[in-house]
Amino acid sequence: MSAPTLPIDSTVPNTREDSSPVIVFEDVAISFSGNEVLRGVSFRLARGETKAIFGVAGSGKSLILKLALGLIRPDSGRIVVLGEDVTQMRENDLFKLRGKVGMVFQESALFDSLTVRENVAYRLMEEHGIYDEDIDRRVLEVLHFVELEHTVDLNPSELSGGMRRRVAIARALITQPELLLYDSPTGGLDPVTSNTIIELIVKQRDVNKTSALLVTHRLQDAFTMATHQFDKQTNRMVALPPGQHCDVPISFLILRDGKIIFDGDLQTLCRSEDEYIREYIS
Amino acid sequence: MELTSPTYLAKETIQTVQDYALFCVQAVANVFRKPLYLADMVRQADSIGVGSLPIVVLTGFFTGAVLAVQASNTLERFGSVTLVGQLVSLSMVRELGPVLTSLMVAGRNSSGMASELGSMIVSEQIDAMRALGTDPMKKLVTPRVVSTVFMLFFLTIISDLVGLTGGLFIAKVLLRLDARQYWYNAWQTLVFQDVFMGLLKPVLFGFIIATIGCFYGMNARGGTQGVGRATTQAVVAASVLILAFDLFITRFLMITLALN
Repeated sequence: MSAPTLPIDSTVPNTREDSSPVIVFEDVAISFSGNEVLRGVSFRLARGETKAIFGVAGSGKSLILKLALGLIRPDSGRIVVLGEDVTQMRENDLFKLRGKVGMVFQESALFDSLTVRENVAYRLMEEHGIYDEDIDRRVLEVLHFVELEHTVDLNPSELSGGMRRRVAIARALITQPELLLYDSPTGGLDPVTSNTIIELIVKQRDVNKTSALLVTHRLQDAFTMATHQFDKQTNRMVALPPGQHCDVPISFLILRDGKIIFDGDLQTLCRSEDEYIREYIS
Repeated sequence: MELTSPTYLAKETIQTVQDYALFCVQAVANVFRKPLYLADMVRQADSIGVGSLPIVVLTGFFTGAVLAVQASNTLERFGSVTLVGQLVSLSMVRELGPVLTSLMVAGRNSSGMASELGSMIVSEQIDAMRALGTDPMKKLVTPRVVSTVFMLFFLTIISDLVGLTGGLFIAKVLLRLDARQYWYNAWQTLVFQDVFMGLLKPVLFGFIIATIGCFYGMNARGGTQGVGRATTQAVVAASVLILAFDLFITRFLMITLALN
């Protein structure tokens, strides 16, 4: 069985050949009630790359995603997303940019008064002018991608935690965004369900080549992503031989006390001499 | 218990008033901006208007009835019990109809709005909405404000009518008055200024109910406890503001409309 791919939205300009970074953080700082959460954070996310962000609770991982989406503005620094400086944009202009970005929230954040269909189709229904038949077709395609077609008429309260995360992923994918932001997509889930979610993220990375920022507490999830690739023929994630790990477009970023202490690939991470990093990955 | 300095408290209050003023301006400005969520407005009108109908009818009826009982007690001393319709009519249309209907709707809907939007805030649904490219002010707040203003206007008319019917019930059953005389007195005593005052108030009160409910909901912080706090604050603030504005608007309209 071949892996289902997602329909490409013709309204989204195809800029995938562009080699410019998808996200640029330049010296970003933000504090809340005098408490400095991020200090001089700078990094880049290349097109097609997935960057896994680690750090202890409260280190500002989720904040980075919200800053990238313009949901929160930094106190200082510059954030460029898909070529646009989100720190200078008005909220109305940000709504247009957010149409090219998909976000999966920590607790799914599904609209509990809407069905799975309405949640997944939310963006399409808001666009207006799209026929109901087209919406239904695209909802079923994206639900097929996350293997949840049978839940289309259910309410979020009727789904398990893992199913809710998968619906949240489907909602983020429906318009084929150029960038995906995952906020702890496996947090609080059992290992089997976590693996299903990671497989979906790998599938999206390898089948649709989408750039992504992934915030997680679970180091094993990122290691799985770095050592596996999605096989379209078997529709399953398969482990790569050790020599081919460097071909996987994934990098790691570790935050400590509001600063980045590591930004690099799996090999560099494993060779790091830093005591904190060694303790973190052990 | 931690003590708060008066300066900090004053700054916080001024900041809240400023935020509320900006919130109101944005809610009104969105009425003239696209997209206009008509389906959401109709849904909210149904929930706020039709949903509040039973409590408004009950409140109106018993208020009109108790007014007639109280008025008859006083009017009997002067031998003018036939004027009970006049008194019930003026009190209901000018004052009690709009104020009590607004207080009932505030208790039911300000709390509902604050808890619904507050829950959406703490479960990141509002952030998700923004992330999906929708302005929560346009999608959630403006439809609630428009629907509340629109429906409170009609709820007040219903409340006035049902209040007069409550008065009629007492006039007929307890005071043995003629129904036609009651209605004639009630109708004849009303002038344009009375009706204007009685129907302008629900427009203002509806705006207060919806904006206060939504404002506290959208600013809820601190999990379920924060949602509970926002709900309570919304009902208290809306009720106090309705009563305070009622005094000012009544005095203002009495002067401008030359009402006695």
